[in-house]
Amino acid sequence: MIDNQTVQYIAGLSRLRVQDQDSSRFARDLEVILHYVRQLEELDVKDVPATSHVLNIQNVFRKDEIAPSLTQEQALSFAIEKNSGHYIVPKVIE
Amino acid sequence: MKLYDQTAQKLKELIASGDISPQAIQQAVEERARAINPRTNAFLRFYDLPCTQHGSFRLPIGLKDNLSVKNQLVGCASRILEGYRAPYDAHVVERLLESGAILQGALNMDEFAFGSSTETSAFGSARNPWDTERVPGGSSGGSAAAVAAGQTIWALGSDTGGSIRQPASFCGIVGLKPTYGRISRYGLVAFGSSLDQIGPLTKDVTDSALLLNIISGFDPKDSTSANCPVPDYTQALTREIKGLRIGIPREYFIDGIQPEVLNAVQSAVKLLEKAGAQVKDISLAHTKYAVATYYILATAEASSNLARFDGVKYGRRAQSRSSGRPAIIDLYETTREQGFGDEAKRRIMLGTYVLSSGYYDAFYLRAQKVRTLIKKDFEQAFNEVDVIVSPTAPTTAFRLGEKINDPLSMYLSDIFTIPANLAGIPAISLPCGFDSNQMPVGLQMMASPFAEETLLRTAFAYEQATPWHTERARL
Amino acid sequence: MEFETVIGLEVHLQLNTCTKIFCSCRNLFGDQPNTNVCPVCLGLPGSLPVLNRKVLDFGIRVGLALDCEISPLVKFDRKNYFYPDLPKGYQISQFDFPIARKGHISIKSSAGDKRIGITRAHLEEDAGKLIHNDQNRSTLVDYNRTGTPLVEIVSDPDLRTAQEAYDYLTALKLVLSYLSVSECDMEKGSLRCDANVSIRPKGDSKLGTKTELKNMNSFSAVRRAIDYEAKRQEGILLSGGEIVQQTLLWDDARAVTLPMRSKENSHDYRYFPDPDLVPFVLDPAWVIAAREALPELPTQKLSRLVEHYKLNIYDATIIIQDRELADFFEACYLIYPDAKKIANWLNGPLLKELNERKCSLHDLDLLPAVLAALIEKVETAQISNLAGKEALSLYLNKNGSLEEIIRNKGFLQVSDDQQLLTVIDEVLRDNPAAVAEIKSGKTNVTGFLVGQAMKKMQGKANPKKLNELITGRLQNE
Repeated sequence: MIDNQTVQYIAGLSRLRVQDQDSSRFARDLEVILHYVRQLEELDVKDVPATSHVLNIQNVFRKDEIAPSLTQEQALSFAIEKNSGHYIVPKVIE
Repeated sequence: MKLYDQTAQKLKELIASGDISPQAIQQAVEERARAINPRTNAFLRFYDLPCTQHGSFRLPIGLKDNLSVKNQLVGCASRILEGYRAPYDAHVVERLLESGAILQGALNMDEFAFGSSTETSAFGSARNPWDTERVPGGSSGGSAAAVAAGQTIWALGSDTGGSIRQPASFCGIVGLKPTYGRISRYGLVAFGSSLDQIGPLTKDVTDSALLLNIISGFDPKDSTSANCPVPDYTQALTREIKGLRIGIPREYFIDGIQPEVLNAVQSAVKLLEKAGAQVKDISLAHTKYAVATYYILATAEASSNLARFDGVKYGRRAQSRSSGRPAIIDLYETTREQGFGDEAKRRIMLGTYVLSSGYYDAFYLRAQKVRTLIKKDFEQAFNEVDVIVSPTAPTTAFRLGEKINDPLSMYLSDIFTIPANLAGIPAISLPCGFDSNQMPVGLQMMASPFAEETLLRTAFAYEQATPWHTERARL
Repeated sequence: MEFETVIGLEVHLQLNTCTKIFCSCRNLFGDQPNTNVCPVCLGLPGSLPVLNRKVLDFGIRVGLALDCEISPLVKFDRKNYFYPDLPKGYQISQFDFPIARKGHISIKSSAGDKRIGITRAHLEEDAGKLIHNDQNRSTLVDYNRTGTPLVEIVSDPDLRTAQEAYDYLTALKLVLSYLSVSECDMEKGSLRCDANVSIRPKGDSKLGTKTELKNMNSFSAVRRAIDYEAKRQEGILLSGGEIVQQTLLWDDARAVTLPMRSKENSHDYRYFPDPDLVPFVLDPAWVIAAREALPELPTQKLSRLVEHYKLNIYDATIIIQDRELADFFEACYLIYPDAKKIANWLNGPLLKELNERKCSLHDLDLLPAVLAALIEKVETAQISNLAGKEALSLYLNKNGSLEEIIRNKGFLQVSDDQQLLTVIDEVLRDNPAAVAEIKSGKTNVTGFLVGQAMKKMQGKANPKKLNELITGRLQNE
């Protein structure tokens, strides 16, 4: 069961704030969907391999060769806040 | 003759014969796009780009708002990307520019492609040109609506679980989801990376083949793009389907399909049979698990893909409100709370849940295994048949607001399109009639990996024997 | 109650490829901020990673050098957490199919050699750099470092003391430094170490709750931090408390560990296979070729230096601490085949020069032939040992060629009999008392006369020759 506490845990992990008054709404939505997806439990998949990639492509590499990077100006052109060549965020207290 | 209602192929011929200039076409289409946009809300923005002077396809094209165009805003119809201008072109955009295409603007979509109606767009739903009280489908609803309304000649969308085919079906046009890996995803803002594929939305099958020619091929910047040759897809448009084996999957003809949709599809099958195809019943046994599998895998990938929208680098940053927690965490949470809509939040949370400690095996890993079963169903089916035919969607376009508060029923509207994404196979939707409300019905055809030629050949044969593709929404 | 400390170390090694792990940006330290970045390493929407093949080669090399099994299937996974130095909100790493596992390395402990297990070594991408600015309460972010290839080497929890951890790091760094895959410099951040520390009552087999220590900037800081943390945990347990599993930052100035607040609630990393990267299948031939291309490793080199060149263990051990030095040794030997003499010069004057200059051998313009020539000049008494050391120092300070330095500084010793005898005869004449003493059997006074003669020669006489000539003169009289 998805309860408000689970919603708050997942919201915390995904850095989404969910207000208390919205918690039960999301809990209900998620529960409905999870109940639906639990039908997969009907299948015996013990010996079935997992598919991560639908095509059978392997060993795709790049050579260790330098290509042009963005300029600092380009790299910071979309920055929300910038200063002296850096992106800026509020002070991170480690 | 309304220039904006013509196909790319027709306009190309007119340009070649000197009857019309690319500029005249561009002007006509742009006028139409602007004039009618208040009613369709298909375009979110028009690009500000210099005109191209060369190339074989100097025709206007609209792009779904999740494709990166250098120095242009790219927003995925979300508030969280507000103000973000991509510093680079998507691979498909490079290819389009090489062909001379005139990039018109960004087309409306469900926020981050999360939806089947375009109603989750942060900038208002796009409208169906056949009935503006109805949805155009989604997530590439803006792309489908714009093509159907003559606001652009053709368009690109992306398809993770049906997001090209279902809106094409709802808007009475042709939508093609190519084989996974056929087209580079580089520059496409990712939703479900193992499922996403870019594809054309066009007025007919010929244009679909033409646009596929332009954008297909290996890209060293996308490890998952296939390094295999690209044929000239227009060569497949022969109308010849004698002996073609067509499979009708019994699991796709279930209760709950709108009767008019069922009728239209059954008539289409009969027509194909009359044209010389062999029709047989087949089984895709795990079809009923596809939606569940999809919503686990796609949301898991999405929860990770959307983590980068955190208010640190680009897009929107919410003012933090000193909650007593570290300022950076507050910044993340406030930004994401304000920047994402409810459906995005639901999917991020669902995806986070199915990957989280203790649930991975029960949900994510199990879904990956069921994906294998679904893929195998298709492999077996394609031993017996060349093309699988089904409805694209169980219904025609529904009314705005009809499903928006019921996520599960919205998800189930993708029930016939999702399997192709899970199996990575190509699939096309093309018009096959209208319901009693004059809303278009879509016919889906699926083929084995990289058999786009078979798909296009079959679709073309059907299209040329029917009048549906010549109908235009009257708006 | 007596406690035992259980330590496992995670070492991150930056690989010195030309480009980053998943994009073609330069992999270089110290450039202007945010200049070696592109859509991929900035994690811009729509960008996709493509693996640098060399990173895989380097990973295999590291795995083989640590006696690991190389995985025939390599895949990459996403490790999801939020941090401003991580532009995508996930780190591409390896979860269940690391490139290498089940290796080991030996350390010297008080109880003899001890084998430390290597759980795994996996490839991943580095994060960016945060610079904290106290004045305007902001943090600056530089993404040049994002996408720098890393190998993370995880040890088994086999280490029992802070000193063992220190010894393990020393041994590990030595092996890694032989592979030419990294600068292995902890000060520059190309080698970093986190420690997992727990304690348990001695004799217990169950592991206690561990804490993860970060932010140690030298091997000795690792040692200090572990010592502190073990005592802290002991204090908690003895006072009836419980250890909280958490990440702690070592504050070297205050010598304490402190909780890391900014990563709260992010320990559930939700690993899953990265759909943007395909699997990599390493066929056996690839691994065999990598094994054959592996350079000689320190332990092999040590035994070869001892067996082939008859060096003693002490000398050989010093020489192999630096692969360059060992190569230099062998190159010198080809020119001047006296292993002991070369070892003395390398481990004495040359290492002293390197330490004083705080540089490595390749920073000096010193060819093996030059050092060999210098040794030969000293050994054939053309110059004194002292002058030889001074000549080396001057040479390294770019005061001209060796020949010029010896000539200009007047380092050449006089060995000419005629010239020396003239001076000796004067000395014998001026010091009759000493001469008498020698004749009466006090031969050790000869040294005094040699000193006098050397004085007259202003230090430039060959002392051995002087001794011979004086002794000969007195015997003949």
